[in-house]
Amino acid sequence: MRTFKIGGVHPRDNKQFSAHQPITECPLPKQAIIPLVQHIGAPAQAVVKEGDKVKVGELLAKAGGFVSANICSPVSGTVTKIGDWTDAWGAPGQAIFIDVEGDEWLPEINRKPDLERQCTLEPQAIIDKIAAAGIVGLGGACFPTHVKLLPPPGKKAEVLIVNGVECEPYLTCDHQLMLEHGEEIMIGIKILMKALGVQRAIIGIENNKKDAIEHMQKLAQSNLGIEVLPLKLRYPQGGEKQLIDACINRQVPSGALPIEVGAVVDNVATIFAVYEAVQKNKPLISRVMTVTGKYVAKPGNYRVRFGTPIDEVIAMAGGVPAETGKIIGGGPMMGRAMDHTEGMPANKRLSGLLFLSETESVRPEQENCIRCGKCVQACPMGLEPYLLSRLSELEMYDELEKHDIMDCIDCGCCVFTCPAHRRLLDGIRPGKAKVGAILRERAAAAKK
Amino acid sequence: MAHFITSPAPHVHSGDSVRRNMLLVILALLPAYVASVIEFGWGALITAAISILVCVCTEYLINRYVLKEQRQTIGDLSAVLTGLLLAFNLPSGIDWWIVVIGAVVAIGVGKMTFGGLGQNPFNPALVGRVFLLIAYPAQMTTWPTPQGFDTKYIDAETGATPLYYLKQMLATGDSSVIDQLPSLADSFWGVMGGSLGEVCAFALIIGGLFLICARVITWHIPVSIIATVALFAAVTGWTGHLPEAMTTGDYVLYSLLSGGLMLGAFFMATDYVTSPMSAWGKIIFGVGIGFIVMVIRTWGNYPEGMSFAILIMNACVPLLNKIRPQRFGEKKK
Repeated sequence: MRTFKIGGVHPRDNKQFSAHQPITECPLPKQAIIPLVQHIGAPAQAVVKEGDKVKVGELLAKAGGFVSANICSPVSGTVTKIGDWTDAWGAPGQAIFIDVEGDEWLPEINRKPDLERQCTLEPQAIIDKIAAAGIVGLGGACFPTHVKLLPPPGKKAEVLIVNGVECEPYLTCDHQLMLEHGEEIMIGIKILMKALGVQRAIIGIENNKKDAIEHMQKLAQSNLGIEVLPLKLRYPQGGEKQLIDACINRQVPSGALPIEVGAVVDNVATIFAVYEAVQKNKPLISRVMTVTGKYVAKPGNYRVRFGTPIDEVIAMAGGVPAETGKIIGGGPMMGRAMDHTEGMPANKRLSGLLFLSETESVRPEQENCIRCGKCVQACPMGLEPYLLSRLSELEMYDELEKHDIMDCIDCGCCVFTCPAHRRLLDGIRPGKAKVGAILRERAAAAKK
Repeated sequence: MAHFITSPAPHVHSGDSVRRNMLLVILALLPAYVASVIEFGWGALITAAISILVCVCTEYLINRYVLKEQRQTIGDLSAVLTGLLLAFNLPSGIDWWIVVIGAVVAIGVGKMTFGGLGQNPFNPALVGRVFLLIAYPAQMTTWPTPQGFDTKYIDAETGATPLYYLKQMLATGDSSVIDQLPSLADSFWGVMGGSLGEVCAFALIIGGLFLICARVITWHIPVSIIATVALFAAVTGWTGHLPEAMTTGDYVLYSLLSGGLMLGAFFMATDYVTSPMSAWGKIIFGVGIGFIVMVIRTWGNYPEGMSFAILIMNACVPLLNKIRPQRFGEKKK
């Protein structure tokens, strides 16, 4: 069975808590909070004003640049405020507040559950629809999807790689989506293949989801050019570069995009959103979130409209367990620990909520580095984490650049594996941010 | 408003720890230790006990009274391991006070002067051993012949090690010493003279394979050492430097099975702190050790050179750490 070639670790997958829990609709909130940054790139620009009445699907904010994404209203009601807002990590931003009234949808949105198989649109029309729907990568990076579908001049996509890996432990939303909406995902893949002009698509799924592999394989039989590739369990297989390596044995060079090796990667949840946008005129207004953890009363997979306060989602899952020490937005390897939950809405970026008990939350004390080299063996990018961490502490930015710190993908394998419990990434992250700033300055100076 | 614990990702850990790794290495050494107790009796028990006790006490006292550290480090078991490895590198019948000096030097000079675990450039147990070898050459090369618990701890019957005879053979071309060598089977099972823990190649290989399977060490260092020694010995044979009574194959096997080779290859050279980080660094490190040990055995003054070979290559580790691992997406040159 295939997998990527360098490094990687095997965290316990802990998916048993929420696996195979059917996707459940979360009820509408009284007030929706819609942050203007829910993607990588420039913030979206609000096009509504206070007092406006909006329907579900109406444009609230338009993309604020080439790399940016529209935001459509996930609820119907009255815009009460557009202004400052602070997220669960304490970062300030802007958000649109809507008082929810009923559930009135734009008339052009097809809400019937029937499958729409035929797509007669031209590639550019498909891409325009995806852009209008505000679709971003739902696997974690939140990169605007339509931007990926427009290769730079001189580059041609050869293969669409579909990310059904879900390598983060605990999370099961993509797994459940494949089981319940496999046919929609297949149609979505066809649409993207047409938009990209490629004849081949590979769906990569890790073999801890055997039922999803079988289900997708069965569906793929009637779809020419789509194949399902079971992958050996290994983290971070869902990383874009690792997945391309695993699926087509090509390595994206340092600093380059997947298109360099002829690949475009999209997550299954993103592709489901593409299906809904193109075939049903339904913009991206909700996603499936996994709410899970050892002590959660009703762990499961919930379809949540964006803007719904996560407290309401947590209530669906039985409330915050008494043992809770840490609440993580996303998975345990790359997710971020929230300071608080009040005022934090579900949004495009939030793939799940993981509750860890206090004993699971405390990081063990650091010991001396014993130079065992396990971080070097674990790094999927072939870097030397022990060295990068040390150089960062010493603020040796030239050396950091020479040692390829910008290739670090933040996957956490080094910290996960370190027997001395060294917090290597705590050092590497600021070093990478600083080197990135230096590189941008240098590029700007070179332009002048 | 309820506040929760925040810390940067990742939020889960493999569960691996320094202590676990040290414990696994100690476990892997146990078969060889049992073999040496069977061979050398009380001497093996007493020497190891003194060595471990003094190593742990030295680390504790230096931490507490010299470095004035708040946190004690003896719980990570690295001092226990150093003590055990030092004992493995001593003749079983050696005077107790020499063991004490060796242990104090190993931990005090070899490890704590540099700031404790992780900071030392040289393998502490070998620093202790080589110090003793230079300071007490006679006692350090007096090898009791294995007679189990009948082996006297003090004033035991002694004999030379197989490496001494091999050296004689190479130096003089005298094939009569070949009769003095233990059989290959005895070399494999460890019925021969030598340092306390190095004699039973079988037990050491079992322990080493266990460490590789448990992912405590990688194959690179032991395999490259063993392959280099085997190749060197084979070339010695092919180029006609062996007496007729010794076949090339036998010489290769004797080279591998005698002295501290297996102990060094699996347990001493693979010490995390003093070996390189990257796969290629480890291979070059191993090849260097294999080459140096055979040079010492063939032309040097000492019959055995494993300790020196490892220490010399320890000194090269900072340089070997300049070798980068294969980066993702980097074209192979």
